[in-house]
Amino acid sequence: MTTAPEHGSPETPASALRSRLDPEPVPRRDFLGLAALWASASTVLFATLGIARLPKAAVLSSPSRKFKVTLPEALPAGEAFVPPGRSVALFKEAGEVWAVSTVCTHLGCIVKSSATGFDCPCHGSGFAKDGSVTRGPAPTALKWVKVSAAGGDVIVDEGESVPLGTKVSV
Amino acid sequence: MSPGLSVFLENLRAAPRRAYEATFRSGPPTSDRTRSTFVFGNVFLHLHPVRTHRWSLRWSTTMGLGIITFAAFLITLVTGVLLMFYYKPYPDVAYDSIKDIHFVVPTGRFMRNIHRWAANVMVIAVLLHMARAFYTAAYRKPREFNWLIGMALLVVTLGLSFTGYLLPWDQLAYWAITIGANIAQSPREVTDALQITDRFDPGGLQKLLLLGSDQVGEEALIRFFLLHVMVLPLALVLLAAVHFWRIRKDGGLVRPANADERLGPAPLETYPVFTEAPHKTYQLAAIVKGKTAAVGRGPEGTVPSMPHLFYAEAGVAMLTVLVCLGLALFLDAPLKELANPGVPENPAKAPWYFLGLQELVAFSAFMGGIGIPGIVLLGLGLIPFLDREEAGTGEWFGGPGGLPLVLRSIVVGLGSAVLVDGIAIRYGWLREWFPKIPQLVVTLVNPGTVLTFIYAAYSIYLVKKYGSTRAGALGLFTCFLCGFALLTLVGSYFRGPNWSFYWSPADWPVH
Ligand code: HEM
Ligand code: FES
Repeated sequence: MTTAPEHGSPETPASALRSRLDPEPVPRRDFLGLAALWASASTVLFATLGIARLPKAAVLSSPSRKFKVTLPEALPAGEAFVPPGRSVALFKEAGEVWAVSTVCTHLGCIVKSSATGFDCPCHGSGFAKDGSVTRGPAPTALKWVKVSAAGGDVIVDEGESVPLGTKVSV
Repeated sequence: MSPGLSVFLENLRAAPRRAYEATFRSGPPTSDRTRSTFVFGNVFLHLHPVRTHRWSLRWSTTMGLGIITFAAFLITLVTGVLLMFYYKPYPDVAYDSIKDIHFVVPTGRFMRNIHRWAANVMVIAVLLHMARAFYTAAYRKPREFNWLIGMALLVVTLGLSFTGYLLPWDQLAYWAITIGANIAQSPREVTDALQITDRFDPGGLQKLLLLGSDQVGEEALIRFFLLHVMVLPLALVLLAAVHFWRIRKDGGLVRPANADERLGPAPLETYPVFTEAPHKTYQLAAIVKGKTAAVGRGPEGTVPSMPHLFYAEAGVAMLTVLVCLGLALFLDAPLKELANPGVPENPAKAPWYFLGLQELVAFSAFMGGIGIPGIVLLGLGLIPFLDREEAGTGEWFGGPGGLPLVLRSIVVGLGSAVLVDGIAIRYGWLREWFPKIPQLVVTLVNPGTVLTFIYAAYSIYLVKKYGSTRAGALGLFTCFLCGFALLTLVGSYFRGPNWSFYWSPADWPVH
């Protein structure tokens, strides 16, 4: 046990000679109070950051979007074939097939094939047959997606895009 | 009988009366005193002041628009809770549960209709209410903060509408979620053009947070449901409480400096001013700064809030209920076909209040969906801090220029919107003229941004001409209202399949 030094005794440093009524250089109560305040503030901050991680899904359910399809025998060159329930247009010309995604690059509506290419019902983007933008707000060309030959059929993977102009011979 | 027992019986007999007195503590509001305790003895009512200035009660001051907004909100709250008895937020069953509500549940269709139309009333009323706060310069000191709270309320109101019409999981819902999520992703329009999306992709993050997945499905529906029934209503209630409280703390509603003289003496039939000597000393007045409703002027201009203010509020609220019920009796809330991820409707249109926005995103997703709305919100938020003038506070169209300036701004606002949108409709825009133009240029220079620029330039011209920020604000706000109205009109009536322009829906190609 130590006892507090006698007020004004020879061994007390000069700074301790202040009267108890003088303000302390760093008021102790303020210091403790501020420390507690910052401690709780940073706790809340880190807790919030931790909580904010929750809504960002770590694992996404991404079912395979690969499918096999038989192109109609009599598909005229340059005419789009859209397999039912899929968002991809298949073309066949001179023994080559390719697939253009029908998901509009503007805001994700499904474009419809027309005589000149594709039209989007939502904000009027227009695309040529090869997917390049001809009018409207779409910022980029329609994606091309991966096709591969499988016997007489083709396998399309809507989930995998390929460089524009990638055709596969069947 | 033992004394204990008789006291017990006596208390039992008095219990109903005492319960009544404990609930209605201040007795009937017939004197000054009880009329006051009626207000401040009740946690909800005491958001109001005890006395209300007569200027605030004039119909032309507020047109009751704030109360209409709040009443419509309360109606959606009650009917919304009822709808939740049957609604199921899962893609497989959501649509069927709405159909059940519509066709099977007793009063279900009526409740659904009321909910839908009250939400529409709320959107209209909140826009008009904002316009009235703007045109009476009610945002000025000391009401700047309440104007900001109001803006938050506007955003929450629109958020409630948007998340609400997604829930039925019909065609409208599905494609609105798709488009909404892709608008959230549209900063990619810029990051792609700068080729930095690999390293910096705020758009992708926003979309992921909104959908909870990389495609529109059950995760997305649950999120929007959560926002619609929990997060946004709670936010709205909290913000509204602050909003109302601030009105009282800011000295009641805005009024002209000479309101008292203009009103003249109170008509005889209004309840007289202070029939009893005040029993309360206003010590608080010594330590709070600023004004309360009655400080600085005599109480002559004020009347007790009970009954004058509360009856007026109740009347407006009843009128709102009446309108919503009337609409719900005669008009059914829309429900389209079941969501079909393969085929959007053609044309795929949002509800009317978002069609102006749809017209804008049809020029550029990023500028229309995020850039211009952001600029508008920023501009609205800055108004009270840039306009520090005093002339015209509390007057309709008060300030330099006044009504003539507003009328001229309507011409400018509508005219330039017709001109710019007309050019885009008639002659196309940059991409049609220069097919090789970089996307970044189309994003930055499109009809929407050009219109915004014209409005801003006009407003700066007004600031210079009148030497007044208020004049510029009057012009700018009016122009934006006109632009909003015109684009909404074009989106609603003049856009058909493939978002092409048609003079009338009768001209739409049929198949
Ligand atoms: C859910 C949305 C809202 C509700 C329920 C609401 C409600 C109210 C109510 C009941 C009043 C009293 C006066 C009146 O009835 O007009 C009021 C005043 C006011 N509101 Fe709102 N409001 C909302 C949104 C807004 C918005 C979007 C703004 C502007 C950005 C705004 C700004 C103001 C201001 C500045 C006042 C004070 C007006 C004055 O002193 O004359 N409010 N609000
Ligand atoms: S989604 Fe295709 S044009 Fe907007």
